[in-house]
Amino acid sequence: MSNSVLSTEHLDKTKLAELDKYIAGLENKQEAIIHILHRGQEIFGYLPKELQLYIARKADLPAAKVNGIVSFYSFFSQEPSGQYQISICLGTACFVKGADAIIKEFRSQLDMADKRVSDDGRFSIRDVRCVGACGLAPVVVINEKIYGHVGTDDVAGIIEQYRGAEG
Amino acid sequence: MRIDSLQSLAELRESAQQYVHLRRDDVKEHPADAKIKHQLMVCGGTGCVASRSDEIIEAIHKALEEHQVDDVEVIKTGCFGFCGQGPIIKVQPDDLFYVRVQPEDVSELIESHVKRGEALERLLYVDPRNQKVVHNHHEMDFYEKQERAALRKCGLIDPMNIKESIAFDGFHALGKVLTDMTPQDVIDIIKTSGLRGRGGGGFPTGLKWEFTRKSVGDKKYVICNADEGDPGAFMDRSILEGDSFSVVEAMAICGYAVGSDHGIVYIRAEYPPAIQRLTAAMDQAREYGFLGENIFNSGFNFDIEIRLGAGAFVCGEETALISSVEGGRGEPTRKPPFPAESGYNGKPTVVNNVETLANIPDIILNGGEWFASMGTEKSKGTKVFALAGKVNNIGLVEVPMGTTLREIIFDIGGGIPGGKKFKAVQTGGPSGGVITDRDLDTPIDYESLKSIGSMMGSGGMIVMDEDNDMVEIAKFYLEFTTDESCGKCTPCRIGTKRVKELLEQLINLEGDEETLEKLDTLCNNIRSTALCALGQTAPNPVLSTMKYFPEEYMRYARREVKKTYSIDPEKCIGCTRCARVCPVSCIAGEVKKPHVIDEELCISCGACFDACKFDAVLRP
Ligand SMILES: Cc1cc2nc3c(=O)[nH]c(=O)nc-3n(C[C@H](O)[C@H](O)[C@H](O)COP(=O)(O)O)c2cc1C
Ligand code: FES
Repeated sequence: MSNSVLSTEHLDKTKLAELDKYIAGLENKQEAIIHILHRGQEIFGYLPKELQLYIARKADLPAAKVNGIVSFYSFFSQEPSGQYQISICLGTACFVKGADAIIKEFRSQLDMADKRVSDDGRFSIRDVRCVGACGLAPVVVINEKIYGHVGTDDVAGIIEQYRGAEG
Repeated sequence: MRIDSLQSLAELRESAQQYVHLRRDDVKEHPADAKIKHQLMVCGGTGCVASRSDEIIEAIHKALEEHQVDDVEVIKTGCFGFCGQGPIIKVQPDDLFYVRVQPEDVSELIESHVKRGEALERLLYVDPRNQKVVHNHHEMDFYEKQERAALRKCGLIDPMNIKESIAFDGFHALGKVLTDMTPQDVIDIIKTSGLRGRGGGGFPTGLKWEFTRKSVGDKKYVICNADEGDPGAFMDRSILEGDSFSVVEAMAICGYAVGSDHGIVYIRAEYPPAIQRLTAAMDQAREYGFLGENIFNSGFNFDIEIRLGAGAFVCGEETALISSVEGGRGEPTRKPPFPAESGYNGKPTVVNNVETLANIPDIILNGGEWFASMGTEKSKGTKVFALAGKVNNIGLVEVPMGTTLREIIFDIGGGIPGGKKFKAVQTGGPSGGVITDRDLDTPIDYESLKSIGSMMGSGGMIVMDEDNDMVEIAKFYLEFTTDESCGKCTPCRIGTKRVKELLEQLINLEGDEETLEKLDTLCNNIRSTALCALGQTAPNPVLSTMKYFPEEYMRYARREVKKTYSIDPEKCIGCTRCARVCPVSCIAGEVKKPHVIDEELCISCGACFDACKFDAVLRP
């Protein structure tokens, strides 16, 4: 990534202070880079390029290396997600029970055929690989809440719970 | 409280046993004046928590207060294994299993079982084979053929309380090893046991430890592989959620055997409850002196740290895992050198899987011969499988090696739901292959599964029924491996993409018989040229489905496959059921007249097929 156009100026100062505190407590910052990125994503919600640059400087690593790590691991996200993050499990147990029809159904109901985040920023859709509740397949997770045994005809009802909700 | 001798450990065990006597198989008589008459064991595994087991625990506390009961304890355990029936409450000492319990049921359950002493029939498990209500958990078909070794303490103890582990012999193996065995004695017992790696490779664990012991290095490491990347497998997670203590103890034993004072657990960040329980187990082990300096006053030091993964399947491969622990992209390196010679930071390193380690303490306590008495000639002991997919009893199953797939799927798993026909079972995850009806009677071990075109893998077992399209399944796995390829070598990075494209061509009815030939050649090339096992095994799902279901591939190649559902006008009576369930409203027709599906709009979800009572809907 090119540093010339990136600036770490606009990153939230209180959040950065929290991250700084975490980094300061680490012995080997380079080896702990994955842990730093985890913490960064926890605090900021995602890892924008500016933040990656900031972390790279703090850990004394080339920014390209940090970006290489962020893009390598699927747990890290470089873009913000919607207010309600809909994660549809596409692990094998869920797949053989029809999870692909569920994801299509969410996309069509929310009119998000190929969008990751809805226009109003309320919903984002992504697929994940096994959330560990295979006994409840097919599984959908919205933010922290897990829905099990989801059928295509449950989708509208699930979405409704969030559409109406405020904040 | 520091434990520094076997004597003080034995004393602690005795006092801790008071808390668990209701749960012990070997204690039949319980003192009449005991303060606690029942213990309610509530599953706190990820699956059951997802179906509200935390709310159930809250509801129990409330109900106990309401009914003024003070001789009942509630214990949040790890997974009982019977995940498809969750949330589960096991009542001790009655050995009674309540299934699919909802928070709303709890008050009635307490009132009936605890206050009146009558089992609440409607929440007991009903045997699907004969519709009989099962009272005793040992009589359930799901458990009859199981043998719990690695999972022995899962569901039996509170995973956040080290005393409960100690009451069931936890840390006794470590005490024994440090006070009266040499490192070579330990290695010899493990060799005698015949234990082989449960992470998939099946390498003999005793030998691995011996190599690492003999490797020269001023520092050595013990790494526990808790990356569990096979999607749809949850053995390692359940062990860590239910009994992290055994893994902590085993790592210390391994450290003593190979000469290491530094352990690392590499665990998926996607497993927060497992991380939480592992952290608690490590903290408590430190407090009791089982980790730290001069353990059991033997002069042996050992401690463990946790490293988080970040969602990359390839990091389950040991050399990639080590790169990731060192703070980089998880890219594998060529072997040799093996980690036993040159691993983390270039030092000799043992990498062992969670389940492999969970077997160690009992092997030390019961002897290598005990473990070797279970299983087949070349694969000893038991294996845990995560049984999922189109099977009645979804859950965690531990059986002696040599059990047949038929026993697992039909006796333990209760067969296929909805009266559908069994089609295939995939073992070994994205690296494995499908096994069909004709091989279901193969006794499972590392070699036999290979000989029928699949592999043991780490224990994922996905059952498929007649509705599953095998070409789609192959594409699903290839999508996974293309996503997860680390990109370091070309055969895997580009090759798997091409395989996926060829499969897509077939599925979109744009391929022909030549496509099949290309697929076959390409798959075999990748197999022999990829850098690591991820790439080498990536073509397996394609090759094995091609081998066992050639007619399904041929139908795509000849473009004989219909892409969407359709309605047989002869059979349709116009009941409108299909039109009402269709999620995309692509079925039209008047009442009492044959309906039609708009093929353009159909998403092939199958809702109409399931809804139709007249067999009028035809599958693609
Ligand atoms: C692509 C790939 C993925 C793997 N994933 C895992 C895994 O998730 N967990 C695991 O324990 N071993 C996994 N392994 C096997 C490890 O490389 C290694 O053999 C194992 O951790 C050694 O421990 P064991 O001898 O106790 O099985 C994987 C191997 C490959 C090639
Ligand atoms: S495969 Fe979906 S939860 Fe495991």
